[in-house]
Parts: sequence; C-alpha cells; structure tokens
Amino acid sequence: MHRSLRLVLAAALFLLSFAVRAQLTIEIVGGAGTAIPIAIVPFAGEAAFPLGVSGVVGADLARSGMFRLINTDSVVPRPSRAEEIQSDVWRGRGADAVVVGSMQSLPDGRVEVRFALMDVVKGSLLTAMTYTVTPAQFRATAHKIADVIYQKLTGDPGVFSTRIAYITKAGARYQLQVADADGADPQTVVTSNEPIISPRWAPDGSRLAYVSFEQKKPVVYVQSLATGARQAVANFRGSNSAPAWSPDGRRLAVTLTKDGGSQLYVMNADGSDARRVMSSNAIDTEAHFSTDGSSLLFTSDRGGSPQIYRLNLGSNAVERLTFEGSYNVSPRPLPDGKGFVFVRRDGGRFQIATQDFGTRQMQVLTSGPVDESPSVAPNGKIILYANESGGRGTLAAVSSDGRVKQRLVSAGTDVREPAWGPYAR
Amino acid sequence: MKKIVIAALVAAFLAGCQTPAPAPVEDKSGAAGTTSSSSSSGTSTAGTGTSGVTGQTSGYSPLKDPNNILFKRSVYFEFDSFTVADQYKPIVEAHAKYLAANRNAKVTLQGHADERGSREYNIALGQKRADAVKRMMTLLGVQETIVESVSFGKEKPKNMGHDEAAWAENRRVDIIYAGE
Repeated sequence: MHRSLRLVLAAALFLLSFAVRAQLTIEIVGGAGTAIPIAIVPFAGEAAFPLGVSGVVGADLARSGMFRLINTDSVVPRPSRAEEIQSDVWRGRGADAVVVGSMQSLPDGRVEVRFALMDVVKGSLLTAMTYTVTPAQFRATAHKIADVIYQKLTGDPGVFSTRIAYITKAGARYQLQVADADGADPQTVVTSNEPIISPRWAPDGSRLAYVSFEQKKPVVYVQSLATGARQAVANFRGSNSAPAWSPDGRRLAVTLTKDGGSQLYVMNADGSDARRVMSSNAIDTEAHFSTDGSSLLFTSDRGGSPQIYRLNLGSNAVERLTFEGSYNVSPRPLPDGKGFVFVRRDGGRFQIATQDFGTRQMQVLTSGPVDESPSVAPNGKIILYANESGGRGTLAAVSSDGRVKQRLVSAGTDVREPAWGPYAR
Repeated sequence: MKKIVIAALVAAFLAGCQTPAPAPVEDKSGAAGTTSSSSSSGTSTAGTGTSGVTGQTSGYSPLKDPNNILFKRSVYFEFDSFTVADQYKPIVEAHAKYLAANRNAKVTLQGHADERGSREYNIALGQKRADAVKRMMTLLGVQETIVESVSFGKEKPKNMGHDEAAWAENRRVDIIYAGE
C-alpha cells in the first residue's frame, strides 16, 4: 500500500518532470524550395475540445519541411465539408490544397472526426475520411490524418504516426526514452548510472535491443515496451555490442569478442544459437541487415582503415562498398534497398552521407563537425542523427535529398543515439 | 576516533576512485504503472563506509599503496595505436607478476577510445587496446581465465576536454581488480 503509493507519486513526478523539461521540440532549420502551400482550416466544432486535431495536423506537415501553411484567418464562413470549399478563394490566397473537417461528440462519449483534402488547383477531392475516437486518441488521429495528407500530396507514406527512441544523459544518469515522432509523450524505458548506446527497434515496434554498461561491460539487452520485461541476450565474456534486427524480427546480428577480436555473429532474438558469420583478423562491427535480409552491411578495418563492406549471407562473399576517404562507418540500409546511409570523415569533420549500391554515387547530406549515429525513417525520406550544439548532445534530422534540415531541441539534457521506429501497426 | 574516520574516508575515496558502485538500473515499461527491477540492480552501492572498515582490517594491499607501481592502473595509447608503449610496460609487468602470485585475483581490462567517430566502432578500438594488454599479460604467464578484456569505447572519458591532450588521456586501458 505504502509502496504502491510511493510508486504512483514517483511516476507522477517523473511524468511531470518530462512534461516540463525533457520533451524534444523540433525546429525547421532549412526547408525545401518547393514546399507545397496548404491551408488547414480549423475543424468545425473543434473549439469544444481543448486539444483539437487540426493544429497538430498543421504542425506535423509544416515541420516536415515539405509544406507551407497558408493563413486561414478571416475566411467567412469557414468551410467544414469538401463541397463548401471555394477553390478560387483559396487559390487566391496561394493555396494548392485545402484541408477541412469537423469534430462532433457522440452519445457514448467518443468523438467523430471527419476531414477532407481538396486539390484546389484541379478542383478535385483527393480524399475524405471519418474516425470515431476517444479524446485520448486525438493526437494519434491527427498524426494519421497528417500521414494521409502527406501521402496524397507527396506520393510517399507519412511517418507522423511513428515513434523514435533515443538516449538522454543528465549528469551520470542515462535514460533510454521513447517518444512520438514529433517529440511528444516521452516515456522512459530504462534508467542507468552507466552508459546505454545503440537502441534498435524490433521490426514490429514491440521491443528494443540496446547495449547497456550496467555490468561494467557492454551487454546486449532486449526489452519489451508493453511489459518492460528485459533479457540480456548477449552477455558473453568480453564485449557484446552493436545489435541489429533481421527484417523478420527473429534474429539479431551482434558484435562479440568472446573468441578474440570484435567479430560478427547472428543469433536468435532470445540470445540462443549465436553463430559467427565470418572470421577475420580485423575489426568487424556495426552490422545491419539489408532490407531483404540477405546480406549484412558492416564496418571493418581489414583494409587498413575503417570502411563499409557487405557480406552476402548466402554465399559468404564480402564486397567493399566505400573507397573515398579514410573513415567511413555506421552503415544503415535505405528502405528502398537501393543504397545506404553512413558516417564519413572529411578532414576532421564527421558528416552524414548516402551512397547508391549500383552507381556508388555518394551524396553528403550534412556538414558536421560531429554528426553520428544516423537512423532512417521507415519511408526513407528523413534521416535522424546525433550532433552537438553548445557543448551538448542534440538530435537533428535531414531529408534524404539533403534539402530539409531540422533540429530537435531538448532543454537541459544531453540527447544522443536516435533510432527511428517502424510504421505503427 | 578521528583518525579512524579520516582513514575510512580516505579508503572510501580510493575505493570510490577505482571501483564505481554497480549501476542501479530501473526498468520502466511503456505502459504506465508497471515497474520491474532488473536482477542486477543496485547491490552494494551503500558500501562506502563498510569498505573503509574492510580496508582497515584486511591489512596492507600493494594495490592501494600510492607508492607501489601496482597503484598505477592506466596504460595510455598513441593515436591509432594498439600496442603497449615501452613506458607503460613496467606497469603491465607488475600487474602480471601480482596476478601470477595471487591466484585468487581477477582483473577486468577496460579499453577506452577518444571521442572522435562512431560509438560502436570506438567500442571495437577500445577492445583492441584491452586485448593488447591482455595478450601481454598472458605472455608473461598470467592465466587467460582470470583476465577479461572489455571496452567502454568513448563512453567513459577520463578527461572531458575536446583537444589532443584530452584525447591522449582517454585512449587508455584501465586495470580493475575484482571486488574493488
């Protein structure tokens, strides 16, 4: 009784402190030159609900850098259904697309949220949908609507409904946290007085693998987000690090030193049946499964400097992928299977870049100087990474074409090791 | 009385320097309200006072004598280097000799790297340094089974600076005895 009360109080304080301090806020640093002008008209009946929906939809779209919000003030009467939209009025305001909607309470306490998306250049209705939700689902509903609008207007799936994981460090206190993609609702998964690195989402979003130093050495854990239950899945003699999930979520690639040197192994997700996939006299680490699971991208210094290689898991053939520069590390495959994101050093500057598997063409996306730990959004369009600002670790994001740049700001704490989660299921 | 307190404080301070207490870890599930504790969570964190007393009663330990070479626990490495430099060989040799003579002793060699570059790749670099010290110890007759080489990569810098001098202090292997 006493104990549970203390827990509740502790939990309440915890949540409160997050609400006040730790939430990431996202700022656009540079936008696409071709941002789509869109008007999001406040939904009819929305004023009855303190949280609303349309504001979150607009914030999502604006933050992506792909959209520019058109002022909707002083349009009277405000349209709330597609047939009420006067295309010429909105074209006159510079909008290419208009979103209208309504919110209405139902007798059972739930709320009916309707929205319509109109292309006012062609004068055609692009989509109209209705959701019946509880007020607790308003934010999630807004993210879903933003995903639909994003897909209709850009052709790519939206990632506003996804989540991100990252590590915060305040003093000697490390926390693995999970938040919505817009930084809202941060939840602490693990707290430790020793470092935590390399969080990696299971493909179904239900678990996180990560490396914790709580046993005075790197050990790989897998933790369920629903129950909090965790398991040390790689705790062999020596160091255990760099977990990466297979696309089916059944296996993990890890780097182990139990047999001498940092070498790559693949094991079942529960830690059983760890098998070495390759033997070298060099460092082999930072493995990531290719999108189709047939190969591993990894970093190795077998050629004298750290470079990125690909191991075909069927034939065991190894192919070197990077040749430019003396430091290319941290490869992550792009979801379309055509290339990968990595960190390169140019002079003393560490930058995020992409490279095409076929053409070997490289594109440098950021200028450094200490950019690291890239993580690709499930639609392949945004890359989240870590850097520093004002002596503190911060997160940043760049579009995969390098045009849109965002900064994720958190007051007071060091933030690092971002990992973008999969699509919500 | 006063002397004992000071001695205990000194011992506690030394113990604190060399053996950070095991990290308490608390789990928080995604769902509100449920918490579970890890089996490794905070065991001996309250032990600073008692470790001082233990230091009093267990007598002289060369490992804790600032005038003994065994008090030195760090081996530093040049940039991009993974071999024990001549100036640090006497330290490794002294610990190898101590380990050969004290069969109950066990050590962890913690490799570290400077802050530049990938966290995971730096784990591998720190490991390579720890492995180099381990190899030297085993060549000197220390049983492989009592030495574990692990790496903290760039996660635990000794010097928080961002210049060559700081990086030189952070490319190191720390020798940690079990039970410290």
